[in-house]
Amino acid sequence: MTQMAIAKALNESLRKALESDPKVLVMGEDVGKLGGVFRITDGLQKDFGEGRVIDTPLAESGIVGTAIGLALRGYRPVVEIQFDGFVFPAYDQIVTQLAKMHARALGKVKLPVVIRIPYAGGIGAVEHHSESPEALFAHVPGLKVITPSNASDAYWMLQQAIECDDPVIFLEPKRRYWDKGEVDTSALPGSPHQAVVAQQGTDLTLAAYGPMVKVCLEAAAAAANEGRSLEVVDLRSLSPIDFDTLQASVEKTGRLVVVHEAPVFYGSGAEIAARITERCFYHLEAPVLRVGGFHAPYPPARLEEEYLPGLDRVLDAVDRALAF
Amino acid sequence: MSVKSTAAGGPPAKSRGRTTRAAGAKRRGTEPELVQLLTPEGERVEHGEYSIDLTPDELRGLYRDMVLTRRFDAEAITLQRQGELGLWASLLGQEAAQIGSGRATRPDDYVFPTYREHGVAWTRDVDPLNLLGMFRGVNHGGWDPNENNFHLYTIVIGSQTLHATGYAMGVAKDGADSAVIAYFGDGASSQGDVAEAFTFAAVYNAPVVFFCQNNQWAISEPTEKQSRVPIYQRAAGFGFPGVRVDGNDVLAVLAVTRAALEHARSGQGPMLVEAFTYRMGAHTTTDDPTRYRADEEREQWEGKDPIARLKAYLDKQGLADEAFYAAIDQESDALAKRVRDGVRTMESPDTMAIFENVYADGHALVDEERAQFAEYLASFEDTATAGASGEGH
Ligand SMILES: Cc1ncc(C[n+]2csc(CCOP(=O)(O)OP(=O)(O)O)c2C)c(N)n1
Ligand SMILES: [Mg+2]
Repeated sequence: MTQMAIAKALNESLRKALESDPKVLVMGEDVGKLGGVFRITDGLQKDFGEGRVIDTPLAESGIVGTAIGLALRGYRPVVEIQFDGFVFPAYDQIVTQLAKMHARALGKVKLPVVIRIPYAGGIGAVEHHSESPEALFAHVPGLKVITPSNASDAYWMLQQAIECDDPVIFLEPKRRYWDKGEVDTSALPGSPHQAVVAQQGTDLTLAAYGPMVKVCLEAAAAAANEGRSLEVVDLRSLSPIDFDTLQASVEKTGRLVVVHEAPVFYGSGAEIAARITERCFYHLEAPVLRVGGFHAPYPPARLEEEYLPGLDRVLDAVDRALAF
Repeated sequence: MSVKSTAAGGPPAKSRGRTTRAAGAKRRGTEPELVQLLTPEGERVEHGEYSIDLTPDELRGLYRDMVLTRRFDAEAITLQRQGELGLWASLLGQEAAQIGSGRATRPDDYVFPTYREHGVAWTRDVDPLNLLGMFRGVNHGGWDPNENNFHLYTIVIGSQTLHATGYAMGVAKDGADSAVIAYFGDGASSQGDVAEAFTFAAVYNAPVVFFCQNNQWAISEPTEKQSRVPIYQRAAGFGFPGVRVDGNDVLAVLAVTRAALEHARSGQGPMLVEAFTYRMGAHTTTDDPTRYRADEEREQWEGKDPIARLKAYLDKQGLADEAFYAAIDQESDALAKRVRDGVRTMESPDTMAIFENVYADGHALVDEERAQFAEYLASFEDTATAGASGEGH
């Protein structure tokens, strides 16, 4: 067991993958000498060389498109997109090619490409550096979408993404990069697509992932002071979603609030609300509520505190659900 | 790979015939043609194709533009350090490329900048305080692009080159004789959007000048990671002319950009100008260039400083006296103070601004969410006054 920040856990995880499989490549803008703008690839080029840790030209479609070609040739590229807002030049390659090629080839080719994307807000950045595009990927058949909320998951889920034979969109909660946690690099992890109960409770379930898990845990602590027992489920995976774990929780508590930074409209909360309503209709004491972003562009930094769902907005939804 | 081939000073060599395919190979051979009208020592030289004849007032004006722009930039860096700005992208070292090209435009021309074109903005009479709003985090741009024909800053690399091309296609359709100029970087030259902009501009003979500031770096990646030929040579493959100009020579940049805009205006289609310059500072205030580039490289480029070069010329020609420099110093101080005061008193937008201008014609969901959020916020005020438990909604 070691204490590690999420950023360091990701770095260690990439190092481990590069060490254990010569086919693993790391590629992206500024991932070499600079070690990436968040230093996730720090020191890797020095130790594994320019042939395996590759500074690419500034072209996201090129990065993902060539990663597909490298994968066809037997490599396992782990590409870094510098920020959430810059993945869109590659969206065509991801949606029309990466996601579908295995099916089109009737299973005869595999595309083990991992696309790492620092996502979501809270760092006071300029435009295009704070977005939550997870639904845009989860909506695409053929892609797996996972997102860790803590250092241990960061380490293990990235390992698992790299070992996976399907393309994986790996979303990194950038405002949590410096949050520390225990990492046991020897313990065998469970499936990356399994949700975990991060906090036990009986009155209401909060479902969250990535950066919002911490907010929900804080909300649970605040609610406990008022005598309310909230359960927090860390979904970890958005495609597939572990509805069984969530269902078991909601059957126990009778209430569900889904929390994410992404806009609520057509967001992952909509899918979760629909499925859980179907599965748990007779257990629900209140409609499934959602807390998330508005149907508006991510605002300038000075407004992000108001825009982002924080403790108060989560607790407000909890109050509404409990008052039902 | 460590220090780039350009580190020894001077532009990277043009490839002669085939470049070697060895990994990390550098271009060597003869130097590409680089239009220069003023040497780093401030000597006026002639060029066969490009010439310029400026009045003493115009020369002093260019000097003033560059000094004030540099001062504004330095002030912005300071404000970032003090926490007044969230971020700043410095143009230090690129003053001649920006002032020279910006001063070549006419008021009816249209400019599409990246996020670093503070000097170009200056030449378009955009209030420097407007540029700071987005770096302070109070807006995403916020100025009216049509007021000065200066489009909003664009952060997504390369996108604006297509917008410029489309705008130029519109200019041509209207039969107007304006031109459009699209700024982009050496890194941006790799983006698909930029290649597509070149294609469209060529096919439609659009009156657009592609102005690439090759400042040698795209964050930590040297230009060699983007292109194996000098960037200006790419134009040939698309079927329009390309030229490399000494980007630290304001006279040459002005002359070449004027010619390129005239080329576009007169119906001859697009042109690519590569201004060969150097990013003297960090990529942005969050960047640490010591991780990836050598100090010696920067020192080499210090000897080619665009402002010192013009000053040397002005002094040699006896075109500026102490009073002139003193007046500019004063003006700089006044500008810096105006910027400082302006930023410090720049108000954060109202929370409800989140919902403003999402659509031109309105949208039911935005209206609903705005109303809900207003009600939610009001519930806190109720709580504060009534002391009741906050039952939002
Ligand atoms: C599509 C996209 N990908 C990545 C980025 C992140 N990014 C911001 S600036 C930059 C380098 C740009 O280099 P260059 O085009 O040479 O312009 P310079 O910053 O040197 O002026 C990168 C990679 C971005 N803004 N947009
Ligand atoms: Mg550059």
